[in-house]
Amino acid sequence: MVRFFCLWLLALCGLLPLQPIQAQSVDAPIQQLLQTHGEIIAKSSRKSIGPAIDALAGSGLPEAQVVLQRWQDKEMWVGKDTGLFVFGDKDGKELLATDVADGSTLGPFVAKDFKQLKPNSGIRGMIAAALVQFQLSNPDPIVRLTALSAIERDAEASHLTALRASIDGEPNADILARKTRLERLLTIQFAEDDVERIAAIKGFDGDLGVDVRAALNPLATTQIVASDTPLTGSDIRGIIAPGSDGFSETDAYALLVADDKAKPIIDPEDQKQILVANINGGSVAGFPVSTLDTQIARDEAYAALAAAGRADPVATQAETATILAGFTFYERYIGAPPNVALAAVAVLSNIENKVAVNQAVDLGLDALSLASIYFLAAIGLAITFGVMGVINMAHGEFIMMGAYTGYVVQLFVPDYTLSIILAIPLAFAVTFAAGVAMERLVIRWLYHRPLETLLATFGVSIALQQIAKNIFGTQARPLTAPGWLDGSLIINDIVQISYIRIAIFILALLFLALFLIVMNRTRLGLEVRAVTQNPRMAASMGINPDKINMLTFGFGSGIAGIAGVAIGLYAKVTSEMGADYIVQSFMTVVVGGVGNIWGTLLGATMVGSLQKGIEWLNPSNTLAAQTYMILFIILFIQFRPRGIIALKGRAAEA
Amino acid sequence: MPKDATSSFGEKYLGGSGGLAPQSVGAKGVETTFIAKHPSVLIFLACLAVFTIGVTILAEGFGIGVISTSFVKTLGKTLCLCLVALAMDLVWGYCGILSLGHMAFFGIGGYAIGMWLMYARTELIVLSSLANAPLPPTPDEITNGIATQIFGVVGASEFPPIWAFAHSLSLQLAAVVIVPGLLALVFGWLAFRSRVTGVYLSILTQAMTLALALYLFQNDSGLRGNNGLSGLQNLPGLDDVPQSAVSLWFFWASALALGAGYLVCTWVVSGKFGSVIRAIRDDEARVRFLGYSVETYKLFIFTLTAILAAIAGALYYPQAGIINPAEIAPIASIYLAVWVAIGGRGRLYGAVIGAAFVSLLSTWFTGGQAPDINIAGVTIQWVDWWTVLLGLSFVFVTLFAPKGIGGLFDLIPRRKGETS
Repeated sequence: MVRFFCLWLLALCGLLPLQPIQAQSVDAPIQQLLQTHGEIIAKSSRKSIGPAIDALAGSGLPEAQVVLQRWQDKEMWVGKDTGLFVFGDKDGKELLATDVADGSTLGPFVAKDFKQLKPNSGIRGMIAAALVQFQLSNPDPIVRLTALSAIERDAEASHLTALRASIDGEPNADILARKTRLERLLTIQFAEDDVERIAAIKGFDGDLGVDVRAALNPLATTQIVASDTPLTGSDIRGIIAPGSDGFSETDAYALLVADDKAKPIIDPEDQKQILVANINGGSVAGFPVSTLDTQIARDEAYAALAAAGRADPVATQAETATILAGFTFYERYIGAPPNVALAAVAVLSNIENKVAVNQAVDLGLDALSLASIYFLAAIGLAITFGVMGVINMAHGEFIMMGAYTGYVVQLFVPDYTLSIILAIPLAFAVTFAAGVAMERLVIRWLYHRPLETLLATFGVSIALQQIAKNIFGTQARPLTAPGWLDGSLIINDIVQISYIRIAIFILALLFLALFLIVMNRTRLGLEVRAVTQNPRMAASMGINPDKINMLTFGFGSGIAGIAGVAIGLYAKVTSEMGADYIVQSFMTVVVGGVGNIWGTLLGATMVGSLQKGIEWLNPSNTLAAQTYMILFIILFIQFRPRGIIALKGRAAEA
Repeated sequence: MPKDATSSFGEKYLGGSGGLAPQSVGAKGVETTFIAKHPSVLIFLACLAVFTIGVTILAEGFGIGVISTSFVKTLGKTLCLCLVALAMDLVWGYCGILSLGHMAFFGIGGYAIGMWLMYARTELIVLSSLANAPLPPTPDEITNGIATQIFGVVGASEFPPIWAFAHSLSLQLAAVVIVPGLLALVFGWLAFRSRVTGVYLSILTQAMTLALALYLFQNDSGLRGNNGLSGLQNLPGLDDVPQSAVSLWFFWASALALGAGYLVCTWVVSGKFGSVIRAIRDDEARVRFLGYSVETYKLFIFTLTAILAAIAGALYYPQAGIINPAEIAPIASIYLAVWVAIGGRGRLYGAVIGAAFVSLLSTWFTGGQAPDINIAGVTIQWVDWWTVLLGLSFVFVTLFAPKGIGGLFDLIPRRKGETS
């Protein structure tokens, strides 16, 4: 009232432009409400603003939504002298003001007389939360969806009422489903009635959504309490022994100390400080300093200090054990009333079982996709090493060449789909040529001298790797997948697989089919098999072994090139990417059984699932997984030196 | 091929059978007969002695200072590489096992000695920093202080179990021999027992090396992950001795080890034993049919060479000053094979020449000292292109000069009646 009186006085004095103020409806309920909280609104502090926003949101006034929105948009101004709130639009030095109650124009003012309300981001967030209830019934479905997302991110008890109110009038079925689900989640978290909450909890039995677990987990939280008398009650979950998983004896003792149920213990560092502070003439409490070089001596000196009243008494090791033995530790539900908590625990354990099953499926998919990558990397080797018996240590470098071909094609062809379609035959051509060149220049001199082949191809591998490094530099080059391979196939919140992995899996299957068709159904395959079994006999049948060897080696290398494009899409393209795969590729071929494509397939599956399995046991450490996998394979080869599928008879001797 | 193998096998077997005799003679008799039978040993040792004395005179530590301390270290390291190449030649050139894992044993030797060097030096530092504390330190405080110093970089402050013996020089020196020896023994036993031979064995040893390197790369391996062990050039308690002197000590030790290693290898490859392992290289099945336990011979050679490699590593890394898992990566072992192949496998001096020649050349090229070459406006920088040249020359040597540099010695006309 005093303010209005002053206003009236000022108006009389003619210090303010008279006309507009009279037009402003000072008595409108919304302005009254704003005035009630005028000070904290003007102060604009995140800590104190809460009541003002709540009051506005809960007022039930139709104008409240507009006010909140424009406040959030920094369009609310307050008169420096009048303390009245207006909506303002600053234009140069003028402020075009409108009324907060009915939006009527109040006229231009001098901007200096008004202060803009600038809510900081924290306050804007709070306003946004308050606005949600209005948005939930907004005619625009996009606004409703945005509001639902806002609630999902940061739910409050007040949202439950607003949400329930908005469900009835919801026309869109999808949004309605989402609203209903959210309503049940909010019921779990905020409803007053336990029966209602339990019903909502049970309704989520077996639901894999992360949001459900996020809502249920807080209900199932427990607190550990210590007691020297037996505790009973429905909120007691059970007894937990000190020293068990996640609850060490130190923790247990610290709990007792915090409850003032036991003397504190002192850590060696603090004890040292106190001892040092009490050094008196070269000794501490009668113990010469030079003798205090063991923990036992220090404990004794400290005990003497404590006895003399110069330090706080502390518990010794033996005492802590006795004291701990005198207490029983109970886990107590604190997140919710016991019956709600128990319902939550029951539903959570069901969900966790289902999650475990789904995680196993997901792991299986991961293993499968890793297996297809190993298979892709190894299939070229299955031809050059498995069929021809040529050790090609530069095989990894052919993979790298294929990947770099893809990268170079993308430099010239910006369309990712087209560039991949172009890159695959080009990569095949490039590595086919490289393979043929290598066979002609190096390998054909070294048939039947496998160790020498191994060495010479090592030399080629070293040289190729360094050449790639010199041309393309040491940093990783991108090989971008086309847009339609982005994203993942999402089966539920746990099981999902990226399209690129599916594509690699399909490519691996295609390669398997290609290999089988070429080897078993074509003239080339027939001749290759003939030359491998007995080159002289084949030659006398009119087959040119030189040509066949050259073509086979080129074919194997070309397939490595295509594999390189696929692997490049999945991993980064570097000059060392081939070296990363070479040992695993050889392992895959050897484990599977040399000379048999089904063996290679089995080998890749085994190596891939093994690696994923070990990674699952120790998720933080993929290096360890590789280490143990290699060790396992070394052991495996001890017991099946010829691989999973061993060739028998004459073929094995070749 | 088979015909070739038979003749060389027979020839070597017969030629070597006389080697059994000297073993039954007295100690002095062994020496004279042994040297007399292998004049190349005497030549080699003489060359090594002259080289060692020459470097000592020219070095900064006790001589006239023409050779810088860092170059003395390079030479000392080269001697260690010659020793490991000698081991590689024994296992590959003589026994036919192309092991791609000997640089792993080399690295293990380096880690074993590095653990003591690092522990002892850190202990001195921690003791001196705690000496001025108002209270004398407890044993726990000293251990924790050392652990924090050493493992701070990987975010740990406790000693992993494998450091249990790091405080004792003698135990770690024993570890230099025992750990790689046991590893080679177990791995070799498994591999040879199941008749894994040829390229399969090579790939298997490479996998072992890769597994070891990957294991050491982890931070929780207890060996400081990819930081490795560092500061190994400083000998604990000898801070007053200048590096110029320390470098010479290690140089002498490396020369001594190489000389001793050469003697051991010559002794192993001569005599009946040497003939058997050469026979295994040429035709394993036939030796087995003759009643020899091929696996035992191979296992002995594999383990012995692993130990030699580890000793070389234990001498190498204090001169290099730092060891990290990248040194163990499979490519290192491949380079080792490259050295031996270029030097000429199947002859011990070939391995030494190859290792010395290629590693020194490599240092020269990658050190940026080699002049760049301008070809038609394109500058070839040797730092970038040296590896390409090395790889290609490796292919060339494999294809056209399987005897390597050592093959050049065959061109020298021989005196009548001398056998190879």
